[in-house]
Amino acid sequence: MQIEVLESGLAVSIQDLGRIGFYRYGIPMGGAMDRESLKIANLLVGNEETAACFEAPFLGPKLRFKDHRQIAVTGGEVSVKVDSTEFRSWESITVEAGSVVEFGFIESGARLYISVSGGLNVPIVLNSRSTYTVGALGGFKGRMLQAGDLIPLTEAPIQVKEKNRRLPSDFVRNIDDNTDIRVLPGLYWHRLTQESGESFFKDTWTVATEADRMGYRFGGGNKIDFVERKQPFGAGSDPWNIVDSAYPYGSIQIPGGTEPIVLHRDAVSGGGYFQVGAVISSDMDIIGQLQPNKEVNFVKVTMEEALAARKNKNARMDEIRQILL
Amino acid sequence: MQTRFSFGGDEHLLCECSEEMSFEAFFKAINSVEQIRKSNTQGILEVCGGNAAYLVKFDPDLIHPEQLLETVKELEIKALSSAPVIRTRIIEVPVYYDDPWTKETMHVFRDRHQEPSMTDLEYAAKLNGLASVEDFISAHHGSPWFVSQVGFVCGVPWLYQLVSRENQIEVPKYVRPRTDTPRHTIGHGGCFAAIYAVRGAGGYQMFGITPMPIFEPDNKFTYFNGEMVFSKPGDIFKFKPIEKDEFKEIELAVDKDEFEPLIKQVEFNLDDFLKDIDGYNRNLIKELYAN
Repeated sequence: MQIEVLESGLAVSIQDLGRIGFYRYGIPMGGAMDRESLKIANLLVGNEETAACFEAPFLGPKLRFKDHRQIAVTGGEVSVKVDSTEFRSWESITVEAGSVVEFGFIESGARLYISVSGGLNVPIVLNSRSTYTVGALGGFKGRMLQAGDLIPLTEAPIQVKEKNRRLPSDFVRNIDDNTDIRVLPGLYWHRLTQESGESFFKDTWTVATEADRMGYRFGGGNKIDFVERKQPFGAGSDPWNIVDSAYPYGSIQIPGGTEPIVLHRDAVSGGGYFQVGAVISSDMDIIGQLQPNKEVNFVKVTMEEALAARKNKNARMDEIRQILL
Repeated sequence: MQTRFSFGGDEHLLCECSEEMSFEAFFKAINSVEQIRKSNTQGILEVCGGNAAYLVKFDPDLIHPEQLLETVKELEIKALSSAPVIRTRIIEVPVYYDDPWTKETMHVFRDRHQEPSMTDLEYAAKLNGLASVEDFISAHHGSPWFVSQVGFVCGVPWLYQLVSRENQIEVPKYVRPRTDTPRHTIGHGGCFAAIYAVRGAGGYQMFGITPMPIFEPDNKFTYFNGEMVFSKPGDIFKFKPIEKDEFKEIELAVDKDEFEPLIKQVEFNLDDFLKDIDGYNRNLIKELYAN
């Protein structure tokens, strides 16, 4: 059983929740940039939360189904057309054999998650079906979708309880005009002057065009100044250089002191740029939904606040499970 | 040498053994990584070694960050109590220095270089006080290198040469990074050499190219022993200069999975090495080529 890709969409890849344990070789975790939306997409069609879906930045692919399935679209607001009938995101949609599904341009957020009952059945590579294009591994042939691809589905959606499910609207995440991204300062924070440490959190930053699965770049804030020092041996001569080291997922580097970059799911695992801290885990999904030119503020939090935010996010997901299971 | 600990968000702990690169910092990091992995502490998901640091990934739902920090500190103390000795392997890596492919790429991106009128090799020779490109190449392959970190993308090894600090090769990265680098380029930035595992962007100076793959997602080569990434932190690489004919021969052998790099198991003792660097290296090389 398979789905035929009629039109590729924009940089559509297959993702699940990713792979852990290979970062030390420079194989990133990968997986959905917005994990919560991927889980919800799966729950809406009766899949395991971890099943592989399509991740589509801005524009989904055009797909022809060969058998009867349910699908759901999450991540942002969008119009979904099944043959000539229009549906919306955040609900399960029944698709009959031979039907063609296409998507409008995303109306909010930056990435759609498209689940199919049964799940996309591409091979598991290093414990995951997630596509990592730099290493040409995982997903469908290690690359983005192309027209003509035949994406295998799990044979029969056994045990899938088909029913119409919808995420109540008060659970649909709303990204505000000015989005707060919570950050725990640390790592090489001491490299900043006090003024730069203050301006980093005070300034409004804008998502730049270079924003992809590897990292999100931001501009528009004040240039960062560094505490003067003799550079340590092996670090390189620029004040933002460190002896090359391992980079945490979510960490914020500022090469040249001008444009912060938040490393995301396909992060490079190491390098020689200092970092001012890391975005807390519960806000990483939000970053995956930021469109270019979107304004954000980095908000300083403590570890206790980060853990409380994580707890809230877990509790919210538990509630969603209760509703959709 | 006091390790500096700092949390990277609620899922990572950075442990910086030293701000500057040194063999001592590298050994502290590699032995701590080993100790933490062996501990199988619940909640620790992965440990990544850095050149002079290491990074612990954890799940705060399973272990509180403060508890994790205490555990890591204890394990590091345990790691320090063992002698700075590792069992590792020494590997001969063929390098075609001053090859036509990196040269071609170099010319495309000359406007991003500090000295557009010089080649990367000429520039590096001059900066490091060597009279000629030939002398520079000799220094580059004369002494072996430690794989001091693995990562970036697809298992790129960072390499730190087994020479005293005065003799370390140091060069800045390109002024602006290139958008292209040939696969298997031997590069250098700061005090580290690196081998580009796949084609892609990069800022390191380019000195040559190896015909020996170091990343293989489809498990095609026997010498990878079933791994996707060839290099391991603590490996010792000895570069062997080759010319175009040998490069082509090895490339063909690789395609047929008939290439087998020369590899020997060795013990590396940091204290003995630091007492007599040249003598220790001569012995390492002797062990590599012994029958």
